[in-house]
Amino acid sequence: MIAVQIKFPRALVLVATFVALGAVTGCHKKASGVNPSTLGPAPAAPATAPTATITADPLAIDLGQSVVLNWRSQNATSVTIDGIGDVNLNGTQTVSPSNSTNFHLTAKGDGGTAEANVRVTVRVPVAPTAPAPAVADMGSEAAFHQNVKDIFFDYDSYDLRPDAATSVAAAAAYLAAHPSIKVVIGGYCDDRGSAEYNLALGENRANAARTALVSAGVPASRLRVISYGKEKQFCTEEDESCWQQNRRAQFSLDR
Amino acid sequence: MHSPQRKPPIRHAQRYCLGAFFLLFACVSVFHAQDTFKTETSSGVTNIRIAVADFKPSSSDTQTDGFKRTFDTTLYADLANAGIFDIVSKSLLPQSTPGTPAEINVQQWSVAPASAAMVVFGSFGIQGSKIVCNGFLFDAKNLQYPQVLAKQYNEDASEDSARQIAHRFADEIIFRLSGGSQGIAESKIYYVKITGADKEIWQMDYDGANQQPLTHLGTVSLSPRISPDSTRLAFSSLGKDGFQIRMYSLVLGRMVNFQGVGGTNLSPAWAPNGKEIAYSSSRSGDPEIWISDANGALARRITSFRGPDVSPVYNPRTGSQIAWISGRTGLPQLYIMDTDGSAIQRMTDGGYATSVSWSPNGQFLAFAWDRKYGPGAPGGQDIYVMEIATKRWIQLTHDGGRCDFPSWSPDGRHIVYANTADGKAGHMKIMTMLADGTQKRALTGPGADMPNWSWK
Repeated sequence: MIAVQIKFPRALVLVATFVALGAVTGCHKKASGVNPSTLGPAPAAPATAPTATITADPLAIDLGQSVVLNWRSQNATSVTIDGIGDVNLNGTQTVSPSNSTNFHLTAKGDGGTAEANVRVTVRVPVAPTAPAPAVADMGSEAAFHQNVKDIFFDYDSYDLRPDAATSVAAAAAYLAAHPSIKVVIGGYCDDRGSAEYNLALGENRANAARTALVSAGVPASRLRVISYGKEKQFCTEEDESCWQQNRRAQFSLDR
Repeated sequence: MHSPQRKPPIRHAQRYCLGAFFLLFACVSVFHAQDTFKTETSSGVTNIRIAVADFKPSSSDTQTDGFKRTFDTTLYADLANAGIFDIVSKSLLPQSTPGTPAEINVQQWSVAPASAAMVVFGSFGIQGSKIVCNGFLFDAKNLQYPQVLAKQYNEDASEDSARQIAHRFADEIIFRLSGGSQGIAESKIYYVKITGADKEIWQMDYDGANQQPLTHLGTVSLSPRISPDSTRLAFSSLGKDGFQIRMYSLVLGRMVNFQGVGGTNLSPAWAPNGKEIAYSSSRSGDPEIWISDANGALARRITSFRGPDVSPVYNPRTGSQIAWISGRTGLPQLYIMDTDGSAIQRMTDGGYATSVSWSPNGQFLAFAWDRKYGPGAPGGQDIYVMEIATKRWIQLTHDGGRCDFPSWSPDGRHIVYANTADGKAGHMKIMTMLADGTQKRALTGPGADMPNWSWK
């Protein structure tokens, strides 16, 4: 008999046993049954069609007011709204349309395309029509000049002559009967004398006519005064009859 | 014996004495009615006899010839128009054109026929693109040290530069020889130009050259008045609400703001400090004289009588008085007052007086006056000058047609005015004369009116 004395240290035997056990069992986690990385893509279940909704609050506004658009989509990858462009899949936006608008939303997804609409009504005020031309209100030029006659003055004078009193009364009566008429009174001088002094004299003549009409009852707000001095002449002959024609306060419709 | 027909000699003598007495009396009363006075140019001071030579050309080409001719004629005219010289006529000058002090024989000029007290000479040429002009003023009586002035001018070569150099040299000579009074050769006149149905404001040199438009408003613009520093021009212009005071800036070349008000606003006038403007305004219902600042703000009224008040002008020496035209008694008369509206004095005693201008030394008023105005009267409107202290006046224009709008020159020796020989407003032209009525000549053709001479 071989009496081999096993002289291996006992530790060594234990280590070897553990190593053997480890080799069999492994020191690592218990593996699952499947390695996910070896799996292929999931089998393509039929893709869900996208859905979308869009609302507006309020639905009717006055011009200049704002509207809040609110939209939701599902299963979509891109959403656009006509007039706004690409937007988030879900979102809100404040808009101020200038006239009634149909907001059209398009949602595209893998499953197809979805659309949604909302109509916003804008109440646009109608521009007021222009008032009827003043001519119609002020009467005709001819009737005016027939009833409101120019006033003539003596040389270097801005006092009304006695004969002017009757024409002032007739003019005031006509203006009272046509309350919408406004008058511009032009002051004129004959071409003798100096330009600057004649402008001041023309102003005094026109103002004298204005004062006479106001005293006869015409409201001052309807009368306007401009002096032309000797800068605008009615005739150019160098004789007294033409000079007299030029020394006047002229009444015209003030349009 | 005793002849009864023969009157004793003593009676003859008496009759002759009486006749002589009446004659003397008549003469005296005629002179008394005239009551004339003398303005500076006719006060009897001897004018300086000055000889102005053609300048020697220092370069020879056609351009130099042309510009030198312009220079020579302008210099001669400026000195002849100054009113203080007795200018030697060209035909009496020695036949030499000295260009430098070394070339002149002064004695030649001081003897007959030139008999000059002062001699002006020099050289004029173009070097590169510039005019080079050397001018000398020599005292012909001082043979040892004759030089009074030596000036050199250097400007870009152009017709207008030649003219402006002549103006500047003339003003230097006048300043030196008149004892310090500023010459007018560089001054300007602003006036109304009739352009068809409109009237615009134009500018020209004091001798009528360089006529050019300033405004293009397309309406009737009147009464141009330049500011004392020549930067702004005030005038009255017809807008849709009547005549308003408008302001044009010569520095910016465009209209600038002047506060508008209602009514008819006319005839602006600058205070000599340039800070205030007086004008006629009817904003209160009657044309009165108002004073505002240069932008039209802070307006205050200084006259208050019924009747047209127009055409104010400040005393340019003191700035504390205003002369103006008022129709408060009927036909327009000339008045003066202090700028606060007090101390009103009436200056004219009748007729139709208008368009007053105050002399730079503060002593005289120039105005247009028709002393026989009235319906059917043969009225003639002429330029008069009145001495303020004594109210004596002289008549400067006679039988030349209607005259208006006199304006004093800055040296107080000249007056510019408007005149129409046939009385038609469209034929107005601008004339200039010495302040004693001599040397009248036209500056423009027909279609120019209301001249205003600059302050410097």
